[in-house]
Amino acid sequence: MLASIAQLARELRAKKLSSVELARECLARIERFNPRLNAFITVDGEKTLAQARGADERLARGDAQPLTGIPIAQKDLFCAKGWRTTCGSRMLEGFVAPYDAHVIERFDAAGAVLLGKTNMDEFAMGSSNETSFFGPVRNPWDEAAVPGGSSGGSAAAVAAGLAPGATGTDTGGSIRQPASFTGVCGLRPTYGRVSRYGMVAFASSLDQGGPLARSAEDLALLLDVMAGFDPRDSTSMDRPKGDYAGALRGGVKGLTIGLPREYFSQDLAADVADPILAAIEELRRLGAKTVEVSLPNQHLSVPVYYVIAPAEASSNLSRYDGVRYGHRAAEYADLADMYARTRAQGFGAEAKRRIMIGTYVLSHGYYDAYYLQAQRIRRLIAGDFAAAFAKCDLIAGPAAPSVAYDLGAKKDDPVQMYLDDLYTIPINLAGLPGMSIPCGFGAKSRPVGLQIVGNYWDESRMLAAAHAFQQVTDWHTRVPPGFE
Amino acid sequence: MLSRDQVLRIARLARIEVTASEAEALERELNGILELVDRMSAVDTRGVEPMSHPEDAAQRLRDDRVTEADGRAAFQSVAPQVEDGLYLVPKVIE
Repeated sequence: MLASIAQLARELRAKKLSSVELARECLARIERFNPRLNAFITVDGEKTLAQARGADERLARGDAQPLTGIPIAQKDLFCAKGWRTTCGSRMLEGFVAPYDAHVIERFDAAGAVLLGKTNMDEFAMGSSNETSFFGPVRNPWDEAAVPGGSSGGSAAAVAAGLAPGATGTDTGGSIRQPASFTGVCGLRPTYGRVSRYGMVAFASSLDQGGPLARSAEDLALLLDVMAGFDPRDSTSMDRPKGDYAGALRGGVKGLTIGLPREYFSQDLAADVADPILAAIEELRRLGAKTVEVSLPNQHLSVPVYYVIAPAEASSNLSRYDGVRYGHRAAEYADLADMYARTRAQGFGAEAKRRIMIGTYVLSHGYYDAYYLQAQRIRRLIAGDFAAAFAKCDLIAGPAAPSVAYDLGAKKDDPVQMYLDDLYTIPINLAGLPGMSIPCGFGAKSRPVGLQIVGNYWDESRMLAAAHAFQQVTDWHTRVPPGFE
Repeated sequence: MLSRDQVLRIARLARIEVTASEAEALERELNGILELVDRMSAVDTRGVEPMSHPEDAAQRLRDDRVTEADGRAAFQSVAPQVEDGLYLVPKVIE
């Protein structure tokens, strides 16, 4: 189960393997390892195997697409009809989605098999997967460590070989940081590239779905299915998607890679800096040039994000009122009391903090000082990237300032955890695509990820650079001990 | 700095019931977050247009016609309390 999606797809088409066999093997590994990792919230073997049988029929008919028969784990905020979709929250503990997200429709149409729903920080609010109502996920490389978040279940599932590929969402780093912490590949596309329809909303001007897998090639195969215009998402962009798998062999020769001065400061731990610098050296050997660039407003990203994201979250999460779906308190005096008790019981501590910050910054008299000021600085941050991309084709640096930390280490200090997202958040604010690929190990033999950021709609070039790197290195093929 | 009363007011606006001990923790945590956020206040942004969408795209409009099938039964099947096709809530008007 540690083969790549590309390899599994070849075996399925050569009839060396059936989709049912593949699904059974994944389900067996989930049964064996999930009690330790807690990467999945919901598994439904019967549904999965029924879909796998359908994929085998399609393979037999000869009308298979690249992902036909491949089991994919879905982050538990993509609505999948008939599947429980919890968002890691008590609020949606019993919610069975009555419709499919656009991303789920696309995977279904491609013949992929839904393997299960993965654990995540509650409503995608968190960087360690410790805010999930269903308990924390453990990092397969070291079960004392967090897997990162919020797509921690998806990242851990791929790292441990429970699933060959998975989906995530990235509002402030929630694909790239867990990919970095668990030694897998993860890509957040340009804002507007993947439809948000049926993806439970957190911060709508920042949220974007994307794939996690073991190689850049596999990310390309997944993104080829996920990307595309959808009129049901008002911010989906109507422009042709790239041929991501077809563009993989573009290489890096002749490309200029920008290295932001601010990404290599004293905030970056030495054990992370060393593998990152070695990876950049490798890209130079492959024919890339490097140039120093500057993102002078980068230090304002975390403060700006903690206005914009909570403000949008407080608005989005006002829908959880105990009336149309989700949790409702058992006892209440009147309607207002029902709302207040339902929301007190349904939301965890981090969701409450963010809803309240958002409520405050949007309240009368504070809007200009907080939300409007944040949106203005957001434009300055996006402008920094525009100036940098005038001098380079891609930007490279760390995805996170440290390797995965221990469970519980930052749980009680939200601000400290927020500050750790300093290398991922600016990309979300600008709306750019970014990815993390494994490039070595730091302290305690925990993985380190190299972040590659592209200009708008330039996912193909990022994937080609990552693919070139993975042709001459083997970090992406490493498997956590005990999961071979 | 938010006072305890302000924290309780925000909780009321957000429709979240908080206990006295929760309010104490929230006062500390929310002030910690606002201290972080206040790093924005020194930045001179005169003349900078607020940015809400990376490509400054406007919301797309569609024709005003029926496009969705009737999904009432499916959507109400996940509601906490329904009767005769209506969502039930506690009595609002005496």
